[in-house]
Amino acid sequence: MDMTEPLLALENLSVTITDNRGQSKPILQGVSFEIYPNEVMGLVGESGSGKSMTALAIMGLLPRRAKPQSGHIWFNGHDLLTLSKREWYAVRGSQLAMIFQNPRAALNPLMRVGQQVARVVRLHQSLKKRAAYEKALDLLQQVGIPDSQTRARAYPHQLSGGMAQRVLIAMMLACQPRLLIADEPTTGLDVTIQAQIFELIKTIQAEFGTTLLLITHDLGVVSEVCQRVAVMQDGKIQEVATVGELFAHPQHPYTQHLMNTLLRVDRPTNSRA
Amino acid sequence: MTTTPDTGATDQSPSLWLSFWAILRSNPLFRYLLRRLGLAVLALVGVIGVAFFLTSVLPGNPAVVRAGPLANEERIERYEREMGLDRPLVVQFADYVVHLAQGDLGESWSSRQPAQDELRARIPATVELGIVAFGLTLAISLPLGILAAVYQGTIIDWVIRLFATFGASVALFWLALIGIHLFYYEWDIAPPPLDRLTIGTEEPPSVTGLFTIDSLLAGDIKTCRDALNHLWLPAMTLALVVSAPMTKMIRSAMLETLDKDFIRTARAVGLPPRTIILVDALRSAFIPVLTTSGIVFGYLVAGNVIVERVFSWAGVGQYVWQALDANNLNAVRGFILLIAVVYIVLNLVIDLLYSLLDPRIRLN
Ligand SMILES: Nc1ncnc2c1ncn2[C@@H]1O[C@H](COP(=O)(O)OP(=O)(O)O)[C@@H](O)[C@H]1O
Ligand SMILES: [Mg+2]
Repeated sequence: MDMTEPLLALENLSVTITDNRGQSKPILQGVSFEIYPNEVMGLVGESGSGKSMTALAIMGLLPRRAKPQSGHIWFNGHDLLTLSKREWYAVRGSQLAMIFQNPRAALNPLMRVGQQVARVVRLHQSLKKRAAYEKALDLLQQVGIPDSQTRARAYPHQLSGGMAQRVLIAMMLACQPRLLIADEPTTGLDVTIQAQIFELIKTIQAEFGTTLLLITHDLGVVSEVCQRVAVMQDGKIQEVATVGELFAHPQHPYTQHLMNTLLRVDRPTNSRA
Repeated sequence: MTTTPDTGATDQSPSLWLSFWAILRSNPLFRYLLRRLGLAVLALVGVIGVAFFLTSVLPGNPAVVRAGPLANEERIERYEREMGLDRPLVVQFADYVVHLAQGDLGESWSSRQPAQDELRARIPATVELGIVAFGLTLAISLPLGILAAVYQGTIIDWVIRLFATFGASVALFWLALIGIHLFYYEWDIAPPPLDRLTIGTEEPPSVTGLFTIDSLLAGDIKTCRDALNHLWLPAMTLALVVSAPMTKMIRSAMLETLDKDFIRTARAVGLPPRTIILVDALRSAFIPVLTTSGIVFGYLVAGNVIVERVFSWAGVGQYVWQALDANNLNAVRGFILLIAVVYIVLNLVIDLLYSLLDPRIRLN
């Protein structure tokens, strides 16, 4: 794995955010890690540790008030932080794409979901309108939406959270990005649905060989889906390890703490130290 | 006791009606429309009452106005009797309402013509001016509001907000005079501010009452050009002032929408900014803008009265101005009622548009 070039490399990335009163505070501090082609990389950490900001920085979608201060995000030999607005539009979707938590809000409430998938198909696969819609229906079927003909005509508010997330995943399939970022894609969904969505993500990853950055605070999922994992705390990366290493010998005290708190449900006998 | 089939039929028909009524009542759209209609009637009743009593306490005596400056007491009293002003206010009101129920707004005291005829004759002029002004308002405030939101915090945003603040604080009357001074007196680009057509130009045969359209229907390009020539300056004046609140509303609605999750998704899949702003964001932002368009209507009506007055535009705004001046109360009341009806209808239309635009409402 170390022999290949990383697909994406964060190098010493620091980001600050300015609040309403003009005070700035660091939200990412010297973040560095690499993602290699075809791997599934996990990014774990408590809420507020900066996982989403890391993902948004990679996508070039940081909120207006958040500004990268230093560092690099290497992708394809380019530093993403230096891309112009125009260049970004050649990268987003076709190279990098992202799905978010709260999938129902992530879809346009005024547009039928089939149309929303179809226009992404058209954008990235240069198909005619009719053909793009057919393709969108195919994709909806592929992500396990039953009766996709009918569902395609639904508006987001008529879908369950799990269905909406499937629609978003279908959109990602239309993009066929080289790196897909999934930011807590199952937060807020039923446990059984969560398992289904992860299963779907895993299948698709295996089938298309998409490189995946999976953000989660579910270490159980990490152990099942990911090959390597980065642990984040207070805007800093504390540890990067393969999943095997991490679970066998957590190096950093924070990782141990995280395991204790996050796995408490699974292992009630664990001492809390 | 006769049990003919007839009685069966008469027994049935009320229950038939009842079940028909029950079906209608179980239809949510029908119930909604019924409730809206009820509210509209209530609102109208309120407006009629308030308009009547408020105009009645206006300073000045209509009978004195009609009698003229040289009239003596006796003559004034005679006119008061003639116009029914000597009766108690409540009786006058009852009389007014009875006539109103028959579609009669009462006599316009200045001309002794029915007020509704005079108002009706002046509606097209106002509608024509209003449509053009509103079109210009959209043409100004949509791009400005969108630009300000997209470039929030930059110099572009700053300049546009300055424009909006200026537009909201400038006196329309003054702006109209400046416009006339510059475009007519100084540069001679605009015709004199005297009504809708150059004096001596024949009105086109009336179909819609809108001179621009009627002249085109008659194939009379010259009159159409003349009508447009007279239209643009008053319409622009009105539009500049109404654009101010409109721009602000569009800007804030766009800002709110651009922050939404689904916009982030659209960007994350690489949709071009044009699509994101004009299709995704604008359509969503239009919903809050629609809800507040009552404010815009208010600006249009108030502004219209002033603009029509300054440009001698023979619409309902100028009419009510003259009526107020002459204590012509029935005319003023008619105007208020007209505005109220338009406002209520407008709100109903907006609600329907609203449910057309938003599937979350449509499907509930
Ligand atoms: N819009 C914002 N304004 C100010 N601070 C923010 C904003 N969004 C996030 N933050 C801060 O940035 C930090 C990282 O947040 P985030 O990346 O969302 O955490 P995570 O995804 O790991 O839960 C947090 O401390 C949070 O308080
Ligand atoms: Mg997050």
